[in-house]
Parts: sequence; structure tokens; C-alpha cells
Amino acid sequence: MGAGAVGRSVAKLAGEYGHTVTALADSSGAVVDADGIDVAAVLARKRGSGTVGDAEVATALDAPYDALVEATPTTLSDAQPGFGHVEAALERDRHVVLANKGPVAERYDEVRALAADSRGEVLFEAAVAGAIPTLSTIDSLGPERVRAVRGVLNGTANFVLSRMAAEGLDYEHVLAEAQDLGVAEADPSFDVEGTDAALKCVILANVLYDGGYTLADAEVEGIRSIPGSALELAAEDGRTVRLIGEVSDGSVRVGPRLVPENGTLAVTGTTNIVQLETEHAGQLNISGAGAGGPETASAVLADVGRLPPVD
Amino acid sequence: MSESDVRSYTVRLELQDEPGELLRALEPIADNGGNLLSIFHERGNVTPRGHIPVEVDMEATPERFEGIVEALRDAGVNVIRAGSEQYSEELVVLLVGHLVDTDLSDTLSRIEDCGNASIDDVALSAPDGTDELSSARVRMDTHAGAVEETLATVRAVADRKGLHVVEPLAEGGDA
Ligand SMILES: NC(=O)c1ccc[n+]([C@@H]2O[C@H](COP(=O)([O-])OP(=O)(O)OC[C@H]3O[C@@H](n4cnc5c(N)ncnc54)[C@H](OP(=O)(O)O)[C@@H]3O)[C@@H](O)[C@H]2O)c1
Repeated sequence: MGAGAVGRSVAKLAGEYGHTVTALADSSGAVVDADGIDVAAVLARKRGSGTVGDAEVATALDAPYDALVEATPTTLSDAQPGFGHVEAALERDRHVVLANKGPVAERYDEVRALAADSRGEVLFEAAVAGAIPTLSTIDSLGPERVRAVRGVLNGTANFVLSRMAAEGLDYEHVLAEAQDLGVAEADPSFDVEGTDAALKCVILANVLYDGGYTLADAEVEGIRSIPGSALELAAEDGRTVRLIGEVSDGSVRVGPRLVPENGTLAVTGTTNIVQLETEHAGQLNISGAGAGGPETASAVLADVGRLPPVD
Repeated sequence: MSESDVRSYTVRLELQDEPGELLRALEPIADNGGNLLSIFHERGNVTPRGHIPVEVDMEATPERFEGIVEALRDAGVNVIRAGSEQYSEELVVLLVGHLVDTDLSDTLSRIEDCGNASIDDVALSAPDGTDELSSARVRMDTHAGAVEETLATVRAVADRKGLHVVEPLAEGGDA
């Protein structure tokens, strides 16, 4: 579900991973073929007419499939339409792989309850830091052996802060540049106010502490209030400012923080980094692309590959 | 023994949660020539044995200090740590907002008033003039173990004046 940057990349790469795409839907239409849709043709149509097919969107939910890939827009509170898609798949005893953060950030406990009653499973590696294998790493360490997770989890905010520091420019200026480059959306509030990073941290908290968290449990501050002069003062002292998400001791916090300029967490540009503080394995740092169509699709397809056969 | 030999010391005491316990623990300090500087009560924090940790800063000559620690132990007070370093952790924060209008020096002295931190240096940057948004980098020294309390004070003081605080990230073991 969803034929945006992520959904299109998943459809394009699925064949290479040995999967067949039996249905694809966007907000206004769907295409279904039990033998596999012609991905190239469908995406050409999407480019031309704006939609993937003439069928009703809901027909994709009734199509034959083993795993539903949820890549519709992330929404807050009721997390729709994503949550409804998760529900529909699990009720049919099908698996779900989410790129969409909404259902597992805002309604994690409900998703878990639905999964418990279903033969289908739910995986969501792509929802946290795109291509970076965060959740599978936590899974192999054992969530109870991860003491804390910190990181730079939003590429847009990181681009803005690192450009401001490097060029001595102010927020507004760098944001406009980021929008020109396509790094920031026309409405960047989700990214610069810390909401996006907070949703990822909430998902991490749900995984580490076995549920119970929503965005309302996170302390969130964005980067709008950071002037260039603050970054200069930090730089004079060998430090810089990054929007850091932190999950530790049961609490979730996102805000601009001072970090050593050459430290591990001071990644530049749109790079993300996840730092795990573990019981026996010390500190692990994984950095890479936190967003992008093919990058995120690779995490989605890795999840698909992890799922057991249905039926 | 000359006055110049007087140094600052921090001792960490573990007290039973009983009335009069703190007073009883402080007596040996004054009695043995120590000059009490501050007492930091870690309220809400209880040791595994159910005791309440209290950090006491004092000035004394090294000789007298030894006598104080001895007297404390004789009085049945559990002395966990007795060192000569009064302040031991460096803490740097950024403050952003109308720093000049809100009286920066008052802001700083309120932070110091909490008794956990001493301010080392302050750098102010007001590129658009002092009427506009400005930033300050504040470096302070704080007691080991009192970093969280100090940050809480900074947050509270800043909050009251509508300032933003950019706190340092305590990266475990990272350079
Ligand atoms: N982009 C990334 O790098 C990235 C990384 C990690 C996670 N994610 C998450 O992955 C999801 C997809 O991201 P994206 O960048 O691909 O978003 P996007 O480009 O905005 O695409 C969203 C897609 O969902 C479709 N859609 C909207 N409502 C729908 C509905 N009710 N039924 C079916 N389809 C519907 C849209 O249809 P139209 O085409 O008709 O508008 C569009 O094709 C989001 O939740 C995002 O937070 C993205």
C-alpha cells in the first residue's frame, strides 16, 4: 500500500529479492494481478496519469499476497490509513511490513494484540532510520540487553544543523537551501520540530520496553530556536549541536544537544546514526542513510525476507 | 599550620533516614576545625542499604580533614568517599534567547546559587545587537554525581526567563 518514494522502490526491487508484487495501490487507485503486476508498466502509468490503476484502492487489500508492505504517509493519533491496512492484513493471517511509523508509534499495543491473534507477523525495520538495521540489531542483541539508544534520526534536521555550523548561516537560509535541494519538504515541521525523530524513538521504546509508548510520552524539542551564533560558540569550544533522540531508563527525549565536533554522533549532511549502549557488547554505532526510496526499500525487503512462509 | 593550607574537600556520607541524623553527622566537622561550605542532600535517592546519601563540602587543612573523617567514623557515620576535589565534572551548556534583557549575570548567579556548580567562563554572542536573540556558552564545574541536578537547575532558571538550553549529551564512554 502506497506508491510514493518507498512503495515504488519496493515494487521495483522486489523481483531482484525473489518476490512477486501482486498488488499496488496509491491514494486513488489500485492494480491487482495474482501472477504479478508488470511493475515497470504500472510505474510508467503512475508517472503519466498520477495513479497506478483503475481498480478501487481497497481491492489491493483483498488481493492474494503473503506480506503487505505498508508505505502510506505517517500520521499521528489514529495512524490511519496505515493502521487499517495492518488490521486488514492480520485479520487475513497475512504478514505486514511497515515503512510507515504511525501504527507502531501511536498504536503499538493494538498492533501487537492484533498480531497475537493472527498467524501473520509484523516487522518495521524501515520505520526506524531507513536503511540502518536498527531493529534487527536490537533483536539479535536481545532488547533487554540494550541499555540505551541514542542517535541522529532525522536527515533533514541534521542537514540543516550541519550546514548552519559549516557555513555560518542562519536557520531560515539553510532551510530554504534544503528545500531547493529536495532535502526538506515544503512543510518541514515534522522534521525540524523533532516529531519524526520522536516517532522513531517511541518505536524504539516500544521495542525495548515491550510497548506502552506513544508520541505523548516523548519530550520533544526541535531545532528552530538554534541561531547560527549558538553553533559558532559551540564550534569555538570543539563542539557542535545535533538533534539527538535518546531512549534510556524508560524515557524518550528528542532535542538539540551539544556533542563533540569530531565525536561519533556528529554526523554531517543527511546521514543518520544509531548508537546502542549494550550490556555485554559495549557501544555499537551504525550510521548510514536514514531515508531515500531504494535505501528504505532495502530495509523493507530485508524484513520481507525474514518472514516465515504463510499457510 | 598556615591559612594557605586550607583546601576544599567533599565527603559523601550515608545517613540513616532518622530525624537528627544530619545534625549528628555535621557536628564532628565543626568540632574538628572544618568550615562547612555546602550540604547536598540527594533527596529521593536511597542507597541499596536504605541509607540516604549526603554530599558535604568543607574547607579544612589536610591534617584537620583527616581528623574530621576519623571523628565522623568514630561517631558511627558511614563515610563513603573522602576526596580533595571539590568540583570534578566539567559541564558546558548553550543558552539561547533574550539573554541581555533577562539579565545574564542574574541568570548565572542563580545557577551558582544551587550550590552544585561554579561557573568557569561565559562567552556571549549577540550578532544582531543585544536587543535581539543572543547565545551564550556557559562552562561550569560541578560535583561528580551532581550533573543531573545542575542541569535541572539550569533548565528551571532558563525556563523562568524563557530561555532555551542546549544541554550536553552524556555519551557513555565516547570521545
Ligand atoms: N521516504 C523515506 O525515505 C522514508 C524512510 C522511512 C520511512 N518512510 C515512511 O514510509 C512511508 C512512505 O514514505 P514515502 O516517502 O514513500 O511517502 P510518499 O512519497 O508521500 O508516498 C505515500 C504514498 O501513499 C499513498 N497513499 C496515501 N493515502 C493512501 C491510501 N489511503 N491508500 C493507499 N495509498 C495511499 C500515496 O498516494 P498518491 O501517490 O496517490 O499520493 C503515495 O503513493 C511514510 O509513512 C514514511 O514516513 C519513508
